Amino acid sequence: MITIFTENWQALLTGLGYTLFSSILALFFSLIIGSFFAILEEMPYRILKIIARIYIEVFRNIPLLVVAMFFYVVVPMYVTNINGFTAGTIGLTIYTSAFIAETVRAGIQAVDPGQMEGARSNGLTFMQAMFHIILPQAFKYVIPPLGNQFINLVKNSSVLAFVAGFDLMYQGDIIASTTFDTINTYIIIGVLYLIITMPLSYYMRHLEKKLS
Amino acid sequence: MAMIEFKNVEKYYDKFHALKNINLKVEAGEVVVIIGPSGSGKSTLIRTINGLEQVNEGQLLVTNFDLADKKTNIDKIRKNVGMVFQHFNLYENKTVLENIMLAPRLVLKRDEAENKKIALDLLETVGLADKAQSYPRMLSGGQSQRIAIARSLAMKPKALLFDEPTSALDPETIDDVLKVMKDIAKNEGITMIVVTHEMGFAREVADRVVFMADGQILEDDTTAEFFDNPKEERAKKFLSKIIKH
Repeated sequence: MITIFTENWQALLTGLGYTLFSSILALFFSLIIGSFFAILEEMPYRILKIIARIYIEVFRNIPLLVVAMFFYVVVPMYVTNINGFTAGTIGLTIYTSAFIAETVRAGIQAVDPGQMEGARSNGLTFMQAMFHIILPQAFKYVIPPLGNQFINLVKNSSVLAFVAGFDLMYQGDIIASTTFDTINTYIIIGVLYLIITMPLSYYMRHLEKKLS
Repeated sequence: MAMIEFKNVEKYYDKFHALKNINLKVEAGEVVVIIGPSGSGKSTLIRTINGLEQVNEGQLLVTNFDLADKKTNIDKIRKNVGMVFQHFNLYENKTVLENIMLAPRLVLKRDEAENKKIALDLLETVGLADKAQSYPRMLSGGQSQRIAIARSLAMKPKALLFDEPTSALDPETIDDVLKVMKDIAKNEGITMIVVTHEMGFAREVADRVVFMADGQILEDDTTAEFFDNPKEERAKKFLSKIIKH
């Protein structure tokens, strides 16, 4: 196991870097896009609700791999040339944002409706009430399920291996197929994923305690 | 020009006829108390005045805007018409001071120093200057309601709506809230519409009393006339019951 690591550490570190980078990008953008669709669905306009509902249902119910492959194969063919890393990360962002939208929406609905009535009666617009009063309270409720989404996101980033995204899983596949030491290779890959997800999990717990 | 005017207003919840042919005029500076048994439509009526409930038919003019017209920008009315709720609805994620300062800052773009001064003065007025940095969860019901009133007053509203402001309070804290409300009624010249069961309050400060039952206004009279000489049978019954308690 040591030799696998010493002989391939550059590839492994590269993979770790790509996985981390993809995860951070996807986390950031899926949180924004997810919250956007959650708010859209809570808006008092039917047409916006329907748009949000369609987005969420479509991307929540298509396998991540299909979404990623779409961006890897179809988009370069008809739209613009993007590499595997970009295609995979976009797929990951869209897929995760659908789940985050559902989570954030549940959080918004968990906030006492009196808060919105109070804010609107006070003269605040829907958006002002949302950003100053409702969302801060909603996020407090959804930190535990959001933590789950983030951990899933890091693990799901292994989809990049299928679209040549240079991530951990991709490097692992290459090392395994050249050294034939599959057991040790995938153990090392697993440990490297843990190095990302464990601190994330710990941090979310810490945040949950701090805010409650 | 009346501050608030209902003209043949009808309101339905699906098949349920919540407000029936409401005609009501409230002049600027008037204090009107609405009473009646539960389920009579009092809360629905007061909630239509700042658009928390939509009216289905008729006209509802508030500070010159027609609320029955879907094109009316509701935020313009709410800027001038405050509301105090049964369950306070203070912003749970903000301190008391921030609760009071938020809307003037965002909606009126009031200067920060002036905003703070007004907020602190209001806290003084409602007797809770020491609670500026507290969060709503740390307050008693009576304290919360006084903060909620201060929050509404910070907007310098033309009219204030009170939807059963003392119904969720412990008996010993009700008087503090009523005192603040009486001071507003007597000193501020703000139009007030108050849904309440506090008959002492109505007698002391109301210009008029409106009695509702089954979604209708059955009686609309001066305060003295209503209490001393009620005309409707249901109003008489209601008064005899509520005064006995």
